Amino acid sequence: METVTLTIKNQPGLFLEADSITPDAFAGKKAEEIVDLPVYVGREQFRLGDYFEVSGNAGATPAETKIVVNGDLSRVKYIGMKMTAGEIVANSNADMYVGAWMQGGKITVNGNVDAFAGTGMKGGEIAIKGNAGNYLGAAYRGDWRGMAGGKITVTGNAGSDLGTFMNGGEIVVDGDVDVHVATHAEGGRIIIKGNAKRRLGGQMVEGEIYVFGSIDVMMPGFAYREDVDVDVDGIKGRFALYEGDLGERHRKRKGQTIYAKLYQRIEA
Amino acid sequence: MTKTVTDVICPFCGTLCDDLEVVVSDDGKQLLEVYNACAIGAEKFLHSQAKDRITRPRMRQEDGTWKEITYDEAVEYTANMLADAKKPLMYGWSSTNCEAQAVGAEIGEAVGAVMDNTATVCHGTSLIAVQDIGIPSCTLGEVKNRADRVLFWGCNPAHAHPRHMSRYSIFPRGFFTGKGHTGRKVIVVDPRPTDTASLADIHLQIEQGHDYELFDALRVAFKGEKLPDVVAGIPKEKIYEVAETLKSGRFAIIFFGMGVTQSIGKNHNIDAAIAVTRDLNEYTKAAIMPMRGHYNVTGSGQVWGWQFGFPFAVDLSRGFARYNPGETTSNDLLRRDEVDAVFVLGSDPGAHFPFNSVKKIYDLPSVVIDPHETPTSEVCKVHVPVAFVGVEIGGCAYRMDNVPIETRKVVDAPEGMMTDEEFLTRVLARVKELKGV
Amino acid sequence: MAEYLIKNGFIFDPVLGIKGDVADVAIKDGKIVETTALSSPKVIDATGKTVMAGGVDVHAHVAGPKVNIGRNFRPEDKLFNCTPGHGIERMQGGFSVPTTIRTGYNYAHMGYTTVMEAAMPPLYARHTHEEMRDTPILDQGAYPVFGNNWFVLEYLKNHEIENTAAYIAWLLRATKGYAVKVVNPGGTEAWGWGLNCDNVHDPVPYFDITPAQIIKGLIEANEYLGLPHSMHMHANNLGNPGNYTTTLDSFKLSEGIKPNSKFGRDQVMHHTHVQFHSYGGDSWANVESRAKDIMGYVNSHDNITIDMGQVTLDETTTMTADGPFEHHLTELNHLKWANADVELETGSGVVPYLYSPNIKVCGIQWCIGLELALLAKDPMRIFLTTDHPNAGPFIRYPRIMKWLMSQEARDQQFDAFKYKDKVIEATNLAGMDRELNLYEIAQMTRAGPAKSLGLSHMYGGLAPGLDGDVAVYDFNPNEPYAPDDIEKAFSNAKHLFKSGVQVISDHEIANNGNKRTLWVNAKANENPQVMRDIKEKFLRYYTVTLNNYEGSGHYLRNPHVIEVDATQ
Repeated sequence: METVTLTIKNQPGLFLEADSITPDAFAGKKAEEIVDLPVYVGREQFRLGDYFEVSGNAGATPAETKIVVNGDLSRVKYIGMKMTAGEIVANSNADMYVGAWMQGGKITVNGNVDAFAGTGMKGGEIAIKGNAGNYLGAAYRGDWRGMAGGKITVTGNAGSDLGTFMNGGEIVVDGDVDVHVATHAEGGRIIIKGNAKRRLGGQMVEGEIYVFGSIDVMMPGFAYREDVDVDVDGIKGRFALYEGDLGERHRKRKGQTIYAKLYQRIEA
Repeated sequence: MTKTVTDVICPFCGTLCDDLEVVVSDDGKQLLEVYNACAIGAEKFLHSQAKDRITRPRMRQEDGTWKEITYDEAVEYTANMLADAKKPLMYGWSSTNCEAQAVGAEIGEAVGAVMDNTATVCHGTSLIAVQDIGIPSCTLGEVKNRADRVLFWGCNPAHAHPRHMSRYSIFPRGFFTGKGHTGRKVIVVDPRPTDTASLADIHLQIEQGHDYELFDALRVAFKGEKLPDVVAGIPKEKIYEVAETLKSGRFAIIFFGMGVTQSIGKNHNIDAAIAVTRDLNEYTKAAIMPMRGHYNVTGSGQVWGWQFGFPFAVDLSRGFARYNPGETTSNDLLRRDEVDAVFVLGSDPGAHFPFNSVKKIYDLPSVVIDPHETPTSEVCKVHVPVAFVGVEIGGCAYRMDNVPIETRKVVDAPEGMMTDEEFLTRVLARVKELKGV
Repeated sequence: MAEYLIKNGFIFDPVLGIKGDVADVAIKDGKIVETTALSSPKVIDATGKTVMAGGVDVHAHVAGPKVNIGRNFRPEDKLFNCTPGHGIERMQGGFSVPTTIRTGYNYAHMGYTTVMEAAMPPLYARHTHEEMRDTPILDQGAYPVFGNNWFVLEYLKNHEIENTAAYIAWLLRATKGYAVKVVNPGGTEAWGWGLNCDNVHDPVPYFDITPAQIIKGLIEANEYLGLPHSMHMHANNLGNPGNYTTTLDSFKLSEGIKPNSKFGRDQVMHHTHVQFHSYGGDSWANVESRAKDIMGYVNSHDNITIDMGQVTLDETTTMTADGPFEHHLTELNHLKWANADVELETGSGVVPYLYSPNIKVCGIQWCIGLELALLAKDPMRIFLTTDHPNAGPFIRYPRIMKWLMSQEARDQQFDAFKYKDKVIEATNLAGMDRELNLYEIAQMTRAGPAKSLGLSHMYGGLAPGLDGDVAVYDFNPNEPYAPDDIEKAFSNAKHLFKSGVQVISDHEIANNGNKRTLWVNAKANENPQVMRDIKEKFLRYYTVTLNNYEGSGHYLRNPHVIEVDATQ
C-alpha cells in the first residue's frame, strides 16, 4: 500500500468540489500527476495542487492506494465519492458526500461529516469518528435503491433521514439520531446505541432497526409483538420487538407476511 | 367610455382563476374596476395603478439612498454581476410568465447559476416526495365533476386560495356532482379552527407536528389493522371513521398546503399523504394535489423540467445540471456561503426567507426584478421595476394542477417600462457578449 | 440557402426504389433537387457510406405534461448523465426521459428529422407546444387524444359521425394538433372511477357506449374529414396476458372502411406499439407470443399500419394516457406512480420500469416485438418504434436495427437471458432466420411512416421535391461487418441535413436547425349544434373558459399548417 498525503493549503472562497480525491483517480499516478487532477469552485476549474500540498505516490491500483488528507476540510465536498477500493483517512471535519456511491475500500473521517455521506453506497466501509449530518446512508433523490451494502459507523450522533430507502448493509450510530430513520427501507440493519426521537421505520417494508436508548414517539404503524433476547453488534440484551409499518405493503414468504422489525432494548 | 376585458386570468395564486372581467379606460392605459376576483386578486390588479409606482431602475448608493439609473445601466450591472460570479443564485421565478422563465434558464446556463424558485420554501418538499413515491393527481375539473370526498390537510383555502372552494372543490355542481356541496363530504385536518374547518363535516384538530403519524394511522386503519388508542391527539375511533368515509367515496381528493409541507417531517409528510392516496386507489378512486401558492411557481418547475430535468434547486455551476435539495436549495446555499451573487425575479425572499439568509443577500452583490418595492428591494443593490405579468403583459402560467393558461394583458405598462422577458433578453445578450459566446 | 451535393453514397430509398446503388443526392433551397439544378454546391463525400432520407418517427412520447412528469419525478434518471453544452449545443440530461434539448440532438445523431408526439391531452396543448418549441432541429407534430373525450362519447353513442368530425376539426384547430389519437377507448374515462374497459364490448360507465363504437366511429369521422393520418390507435387491454384477441377485435373494426385521404395513405387505422398487444396465455406464468396471429391479420389487411413498440431491455419510464394500465403496473412493481386525469378528456400515468434480461416476461416481450417485424410481409406497413420511452428509450433504435438485421445479434441476446429456454418456448423468434436489409429498414423508418402520416409529399425519401432531410452514415453495406457495427453507425450519423440545413457535420451538432411544428387545419361544414355543445360544456364542466382554451399559436415554432377541406 502506497500512501499519498494531501494537506490543504488554501481554503476555497466558496466550496471545493473534490470528487477526484479517491484511490481510483490517484491510482498509478505520481505526486506531480496527482496535483493536476481537476477540482472545482463554482463554475471554475482548478488543479488539486492549487488547493493541496501533495506528497507521495499512489499505488498501481486503487486497492494499493491510501490517501491521507490533512487540514480543515469542512469546505471540501465529495471526498471518496464512487471509490471502489483502497483507503482514505481524513484528519478533519469534512463536508458533504463523503463516500457517496462508494463501492469498496475504507474511509475514516477523524471529525464530523456534513450531509449525504454514503449516499447510494454499495460496499466498503465508512467510519466517522465524530458526528454525521443528515441523510447518512440514504438514497439519492428519487431513487428507490438506497444503501445496498457496506458498513457505516458513527462514533457521535447522526442527523435526520438516516438510511432512507436502505436495501442492505449496516449503519451503526453510537450516539443519538434525529427524526426519520429507515424510511421506505426494504432491507439492511440500523443500530442506534443512543436515543431516537420520532418516525422510526415510517413506510418501512423490511429490514431491522435496533435502538438501545429511548424513542420519543413510536410510529402508530409499529405493533409490539414480544420480548426477545438479542445479540447485536457484539452486545447482548433483552429487547422489545415491534413489527411494522402495518400501513405499508409487505412481501409474503411461505405464507408468512414479512414485516420490518424494530427492537428496543428493555434491559442490558 | 370604458372597455371591459373578459376571460382575464388572475396573476395572484395557483388557483389561476380565468373568468375575471376588468374594466379599463378607452385608451387602454388605466385599469378601473375588477369583477369576479377575490379581494386579494382584485388588489393585485388595482395595485398596478398606484400613482407612486417606481417606473425606473434604481441603484443603491453608499449612503443607502437610491439613485435612478437607466434600463441600460441596470442590464450592464446585472450581466456583469452574473458573469463575474463563480456561483450566482438566480432565485424566484414564480410571479412571472414561462416565457421569461425560459430566457432566465438560458442566462443561468450561460453563467453557471443555481436556479431556484419559491418552491424551495413552499412545495419543494412536495416535489421531493413526488420523486420518492409519485403522485396520483388530476385536474381541478375532475374534482369539480367527480369528487364526493374532499380532504383539506394543512391548508386554509378560505384565506389563501379564496375562490378554490367555489370554483373547484366544495361548492360547484359538475357532471357527476349535480348536488354540489351537499353531495360532498368535507374533511379538514388542521390544528386550528380555521374558516375552512368551519365548513367541514369532520374537523380533525390534530396535534401540531404529528401529521406523519396520522397519515400512517390512516393507512393502518385502511388495512383494518389495530391502532394505538390515540394518534396525534385523535382518538382511534375517529381515525377509523375518517378512513371509512374516504374509502366509501366514489372519488376522493386530498388538498394539502404549507401546514404539512413546512412543518416537521416536511417531504415525509407529503410522502405519507401520497401513500394514503395510493392506498385509497385500492378501494376507490383517489387523487391528491398541492395547493401551490404563487400563480406560476408551477410553471417554473415545468420549464426547468423540460430544459434541465429538475423542478427546482437546479445547480448549473459545473456546466451541467445537478439537483439535491439540502445542498442546492437557496437557504442552504445562503446559510453555508455557497453563492457569491444573488439575482431575484418574481418573488420576495426578503419577506419569506429566514433573517440569516436575507442578511447574506444584503452582504452580496444583488439585483431584484420586481414591479413592487418589497422587503427584498430593501436589501438589494439594484432594483429593476418591470411591467406586471398578467396585467400589463400576457404570457403562459401553470395552474396548481399543471394546466397551462395564457395570461392576458389588460392595460399598458407606464411609458418606457420593460417586461421581465425584455429585460432578461437584454441581460442574456450582454452575458453572451461578456462570455464571448 | 447553401446547396449540397452528397456524392457517391450507397443510397437506400424506397421512394425511388434504390437498393444500395451508388448515386448522388442534391439539396437546394431546403429541398431535394436533380443534381443538374445545382450551381455551386458544397460537396459532401459519401463514398463508402450509407445515405438515406431523414428518419421519421410515427410514435414517441417526447413532449408534454406526462413526459415532464417523467422528467421531474425521476432525478435518478439524470444522475451522472447530465452533460455540459459546448459550441452551439446547450446542456443536456436524462436517460429514459431526456430533456427537450437532448431529445432533439439524440434523434439528430440517429439521422432522424421528424418525430411525432404520440399523445397530447388537449387541455395541455400549450405545454406540449412549449416543449416542442424547445426541442431543437426536429419537425414535430402532436396527436390530441380523443378516445375518452366526453364530446366524442356522447356523439358516438348515437353514431353521429358528422358531429364527431366537426368536433375533431375544432379541437385540432384549438390545440394545433396533427392527428386523431385513441388510447384505451373508454377505459381511461372508466379510470375516472378507478375502473377500466377490458375489451371492445365492455361498456363505459355512465356513457352507454362501448369501446367498439368509439373505435369505429372515430375511424369513420377521421375518413369523413379525410385527414392526412389515419386514426391512431392504442387498443384496450394493453400489456395483459391473452390480450391479442382484444387487439384482433380492434383491428376488425376497421374492416370495410376505405381510406378517404388526398395525402397518399392507404390505411384507416394505425395501431401503435403492437408488441404490448400481442400476448397469449392467461397469466404471467404462461404468457406467450401471439405475434403470428397478429401478423397473419395485418399481412392480409392492407388498410392497417402498425408500429413495433420494441422492448430494449433497459431501465426506463413508462408513460401513457392509459391511466388504468399504469396503476396496474405500479401494483406489480411497487415503484413510484404518477397519475394525471384530465377533465372531460383523458388521463395518464407514469411509472418507472426495469426490463431485465433476467426476467422471463421481459425476454418474451423482447421476442414478440422482433417477431412482428420479421413476420411482416410489407415493411412499408410496420414501423420501428419503442413507444419511447415505454418499451425503451428511442436511442436504442440502432440496436433494434441490429437485431432485425442480424440473427447472430439475436442469438447473442438469447444467450444473455437468464431464462433462455423458457423464453424460447413461449415465442417463435429463435426459429426465425430472416435478416432485414437496409432497404427494408428504410421502409420501416422513413418511407413507411411518412406515407402512413400522409406526409410522403415532404418526408421519407430522396426524390426531387421532397424536403432536404438526408442522413449519411459511416456504414459500408458491401464490406463485412459485425452486428455491433450496425448499431454504432446508425447511432451516430456522420452528416445530417434537415430541410436543407446541415445540422450535423462530421458527427457534431453544427446547427440547431429550422424546426417546424406541423398541425392540421381541417375545414368542416358549419355545425351550430357542435358549437353550442362546446359552449355549454365549457360553461358547465370545464374549469377554464372557452376563450382561454384555444392556444394563440405563438408557442409554435415555424408552424407548418396542413390544410384539409372537408366542406361539402
